[in-house]
Amino acid sequence: MATLALAGSLLTACGGDSGTPTLNWYVNPDGVDTFRTYAEKCSTDQYDIAVQQLPSSATDQRTQLARRLAAQDSSTDLMNLDPVFVAEFANAGWLEKVPDDLAGEITDGGDYLEGAADTVTWDDGVYAIPLWANTQVLWYRKSLAEAAGLDMSQPVTWDQVIDAADNEGGTVGVQANKYEAYVVWINALMQGAGGDIVSDTEAGRDAKVDLDSDAGRDAAAVIQKLADSKARQADFTVSNEGTSLGQMFPAEGPGEFMVNWTFVYANYKGLVGSPGGPADEQQFDDLGWARYPQTVEGEASKPPIGGIDIGVGAYSDNGDFAMEAAQCITSTEAQVDLAVNDGLMPSTNSAYEEVAATGDFPEDLLDLYRTSVDEGGPRPKSPFYSQISAAVQSVWHSPTSVNPDSTPKRSAEYLADVLAGKRLL
Amino acid sequence: MSAAAAPASDRSRAENRLGLRLVAPAIFLMLLVTAFPMLRALYLSLFNYSLTAPDDREFIGLGNYVTALTDSLFWRDTAVTVLIMVVTVAFELVIGFVFAMVMHRVIFARGIIRTSILIPYGIITVVSGFAWQFAFSNNNGFVNGWLPFIGDDFNWFGQFGSGIVAIMVSEIWKTTPFMSLLLLAGLAQVSEDMLEAAKVDGATWWQRLWKVILPNMRSAIMVAVLFRALDAYRIFDNIFVMTAGAQGTESVSFLTYRQVIEQFQLGIGSALSVLLFLSVLLIAFLIVKIFRVDLAAARQEG
Repeated sequence: MATLALAGSLLTACGGDSGTPTLNWYVNPDGVDTFRTYAEKCSTDQYDIAVQQLPSSATDQRTQLARRLAAQDSSTDLMNLDPVFVAEFANAGWLEKVPDDLAGEITDGGDYLEGAADTVTWDDGVYAIPLWANTQVLWYRKSLAEAAGLDMSQPVTWDQVIDAADNEGGTVGVQANKYEAYVVWINALMQGAGGDIVSDTEAGRDAKVDLDSDAGRDAAAVIQKLADSKARQADFTVSNEGTSLGQMFPAEGPGEFMVNWTFVYANYKGLVGSPGGPADEQQFDDLGWARYPQTVEGEASKPPIGGIDIGVGAYSDNGDFAMEAAQCITSTEAQVDLAVNDGLMPSTNSAYEEVAATGDFPEDLLDLYRTSVDEGGPRPKSPFYSQISAAVQSVWHSPTSVNPDSTPKRSAEYLADVLAGKRLL
Repeated sequence: MSAAAAPASDRSRAENRLGLRLVAPAIFLMLLVTAFPMLRALYLSLFNYSLTAPDDREFIGLGNYVTALTDSLFWRDTAVTVLIMVVTVAFELVIGFVFAMVMHRVIFARGIIRTSILIPYGIITVVSGFAWQFAFSNNNGFVNGWLPFIGDDFNWFGQFGSGIVAIMVSEIWKTTPFMSLLLLAGLAQVSEDMLEAAKVDGATWWQRLWKVILPNMRSAIMVAVLFRALDAYRIFDNIFVMTAGAQGTESVSFLTYRQVIEQFQLGIGSALSVLLFLSVLLIAFLIVKIFRVDLAAARQEG
């Protein structure tokens, strides 16, 4: 059926006789059905929107878009961008700048959540429109926290969480395989300690590398503590977003604390009574959620930010139409649909209010998401982000070898060399 | 054009000129297609240049080459590539020669046998990479089940040693037919009279192989080894599919790919591709030289 629809849209894309241009919208594979609906809804008499699907891995998505844009492809009109690509693409001159009035709306701190708005700015300009915003929260078993005597109504620290799991025979789930999400964790730990992996990123290659700092050492200390603890999961060194899901409601044992993205709630809700999920509704009610743990006690945590921003190709033949379509695609209505149909959370307050009104999600969970996105921290915005990420991964992996005394210093030296073009990655 | 000792006549000179004029457009087109990318790579390799930061492009002369040649990663990848090249070409030479003998001497079902030997070479490298990845997989592959001394849950791609073996097996399987085709052409050139004469003189099969067939095939063997060695040195597809360079199984081509396509570093990436090109030239030079030395030695013996 989907193939038919795609074939249909491709056919109309080729039917240039009608005189209406076709805008190509490159989408990532999450929530494609909703995207298709909105491609149709947002098509007007003046233009049609055709959905083109990108590969599933973020790296491949980036490569494919970059190859088109580097060749100044005029048929790349709209694209779904992972937040970390925005700075790269904008700096390369591949993204159309968002008009001032709209840019003002995004950055004035009114409707758009700050963390989401933060992902689309580069060098004093706005280069994309936030569509949906992802964030990580701490998922846990209420019974486990209670047994450990942890008051989850108050902010908790990584130390407390690891100790609690350790004492009660539970585990702590993270993403520590050698890939992007490991950098998400390291970045959140460092920002939670008031630092950053790099700063002054607008200086490009001359950005300041801040890994060798107290914040870097605090982050390394947390990773080392978990690596040396009994709460560490068996596949810790190759763990990803999916590997620790099965540890929340294990056949034996008290479960886990896990930092993970927003999809977790719908995932367990759909698994009630199935293997890997809660045994029954009562056990599902034992699933708790709290704000991302603090790196340093008393200092507010900076939850990770993800999601998708919509960018308009700089070489598009129909830039004005594409910008108009981008606004339609990111409308409140579209954001609500994405949340309700696909569990992809909105980037604006108004959309959040509508999602809350549907009653599909617990009220306090939505509030937690919203606060997390609003007060979260993005990964470094830099035209060299892919190198920064790869350089950090190569020194900080394996997490079992992380040492606060040496890892931050070594990775700072290596990253500085890589940015200066003195080392290969 | 044989280098005739006699001075060329006006007519043949005119023919030469006409011939040059006739091929000039083709030569020009070839140069345009091949020389332009090479020169562009050379030019780009002199800059510190990232696709995502076009304004920060700076001329650094040979800096990228210094970076590459002083980086342990480059040398490790080069060693891996050389290892793959040496091992695969050695295996392919032996197996390919056996196949060539079979194809040369087979009496019945000639077409079928030749075709079945050639099938792997007709399969796209990426596809054969996937096929072997599935075969070696510890979830649904058959290799672990077939090998009695290996546990069923052994992960071939989990460490360098077994990963590189899996990559080499797929490479050998895929390109041995190519080797045997080239060797078959060489076999066909060995004159039957010589073999008959050797037989009459009482040479055993083994002696005929070493004293008659192989020396007469020297140039064919050189061409086969040369082509395959240059090909093997540029190995990319199977590594991309099977391990994506994990566990240190990265080749120089793969390193170049990562710098250019994943990191957008056009400068260092171009420098690496120029180095790759130079390495291939060096290998070609060495192989030709080695075989020449042998040829000279053979002449002295004679």
